[in-house]
Amino acid sequence: MTDQPILRLRGVNKSFGAVHVLDDVDFEAYAGKVTALVGDNGAGKSTLVKCIGGTYPIDSGSYEFDGSPVHVSGPRDAAALGVEIVYQDLALCENLDVVQNMFLGRERMRGVVLDEESMEIAASQTLTSLSVRTLKSVRQRVSSLSGGQRQTVAIAKAALWKSRVVILDEPTAALGVAQTAQVLDLVRRLADQGVAVILISHNMLDVLQVADRIAVLYLGRMAATVDRADVNQTQVVELITTGRSGDLGIQPATASAGVSI
Amino acid sequence: MTETAGVGLQKKPEEPPPAARGMSPQLRMRLQQLAAFAGLVIITIFFSVAGDNFFTYDNLVNNVLLSSVLIGVLAIGTTFVIVTGGIDLSIGWGIALTGMAAGTFLITWDLPLGLGLLMTLLVGLLLGFVNGFNVSILGMPPFIATLAMMLVCQGLPLVISDNGATIYLNSQFPPYADLSGGTLIPKFPNAVLIFLVLAVIAWVLLNRTIFGRYAVSIGSNEEATALSGINVRKWKLIIYAVAGIFTACAGILSSARIGASPTAGGGLELQAIAAVVIGGTSLAGGKGTIVGSVIGALIIGVLNNGLQIMGVPQEWQYVILGVVILAAVYVDMLRKKSSEVV
Repeated sequence: MTDQPILRLRGVNKSFGAVHVLDDVDFEAYAGKVTALVGDNGAGKSTLVKCIGGTYPIDSGSYEFDGSPVHVSGPRDAAALGVEIVYQDLALCENLDVVQNMFLGRERMRGVVLDEESMEIAASQTLTSLSVRTLKSVRQRVSSLSGGQRQTVAIAKAALWKSRVVILDEPTAALGVAQTAQVLDLVRRLADQGVAVILISHNMLDVLQVADRIAVLYLGRMAATVDRADVNQTQVVELITTGRSGDLGIQPATASAGVSI
Repeated sequence: MTETAGVGLQKKPEEPPPAARGMSPQLRMRLQQLAAFAGLVIITIFFSVAGDNFFTYDNLVNNVLLSSVLIGVLAIGTTFVIVTGGIDLSIGWGIALTGMAAGTFLITWDLPLGLGLLMTLLVGLLLGFVNGFNVSILGMPPFIATLAMMLVCQGLPLVISDNGATIYLNSQFPPYADLSGGTLIPKFPNAVLIFLVLAVIAWVLLNRTIFGRYAVSIGSNEEATALSGINVRKWKLIIYAVAGIFTACAGILSSARIGASPTAGGGLELQAIAAVVIGGTSLAGGKGTIVGSVIGALIIGVLNNGLQIMGVPQEWQYVILGVVILAAVYVDMLRKKSSEVV
């Protein structure tokens, strides 16, 4: 794997009025790896994601893409870099079919009319390359799809656009066991295609199953970024709830050093 | 990657959706159009049997079709607006405004036919643009914004006309009158021909271009459309503006037939919207068909003409039309419910 992250945030701060939501946060995402972003409610996950996606401009700190600093001042800037966010529930148009949704906003044309055939082939290719077999037809309307199938389409849409960084916001929330497994498989395959995947999830089982790296936010600070192989579930849960676990996480202030085990 | 892609494509036809899971939404939409079409056939047969002189070529073409043209042109134009989840109440009185504009350009200002027509279409475009600006840029509710424009369209023709006098374009300007009454195809009025051509253009716009695609996606999920990088405000503005061009076409056809009257078309907005709803387009947005809107306009045309031929008093015609619209909406609701259960 490459050592250089595609996306690197350094010392990012973000405040809303007096509330310091992100405090000196470092975060990286690597090509071909799934980086899970976890943290309790209010830890700053959504804010960090919105900073990455350009919805919120960062107050201070640096935003680096492919090793060089970039200025992201809006969602369009992030999209231009190849950063795609798959939102939990509002990503698809129910009355459009799978192909129409995947190409929404970037339709292929033949003269002035839509080139449906070419779009259908490209959509099928993308789904096939991700080994998606749960869809009966790419011409099915999204309204007739299950929650897992919808999530699949939304993720495939990001894959179709050759996005470099794909952020998945709670992709398995509200899904059944089988569908969750399918979506996690898809997440893995997306990363295997060389995409830097950022997975936001509350579900520890999902995170431990699919993530390569786990970044834990605790009260607006990056408590730890660890390799999946180096931690167990207890440690991750401790990091989420207390910000530290053994040697990992935010160390107590030097004055109270004696507390550490 | 390309090899596996072939497999994915070939797999598709082998796996038809299981019948037990109910019909596909596409098929359901077809059926909806079919139901409207069946309704059209049934009332046509009814009036043919019950009313004398209904089922004659002369009556069907020169009365039924010709009188459906205005409602039809308004209906196909406003289908786009309704598909986005909006509504345009200014289209009916827009006929009066654009018709009076045509009269002013061609008779009062004595402009050549082509230029006059072009300027009339521009007036329609401007009318739609103002609606679109108010709705999408200023964020006004479509109902209120276009209701206000309806009043503007009601007043302006009186302002620009000579004390509300009709400009008899139909008799004073024969080439213009030919737009409606002429027969490029023998025994087939040009107005009906123009209506059909506009319907084909609208069908292509809705089903084969990004214009229609974005109209549907905005009506289906405006937020998702915006997140897909589509400039929703811009496209809404364009959609209202294009609807304004269809209004101007209706204004031209109306003034070519009966002259530019400052009261022409008033009230037709509701009949046009009714035609759209009867055709199966959802007022909630995200779903619409041009064929349905054409059929809806024909149903209203047949009803208007048939009831008149049978001597049903005007006041009862309104009541019956109202009941038909209620029935169409109710049938649509039933269909939605049954599809959810399946």
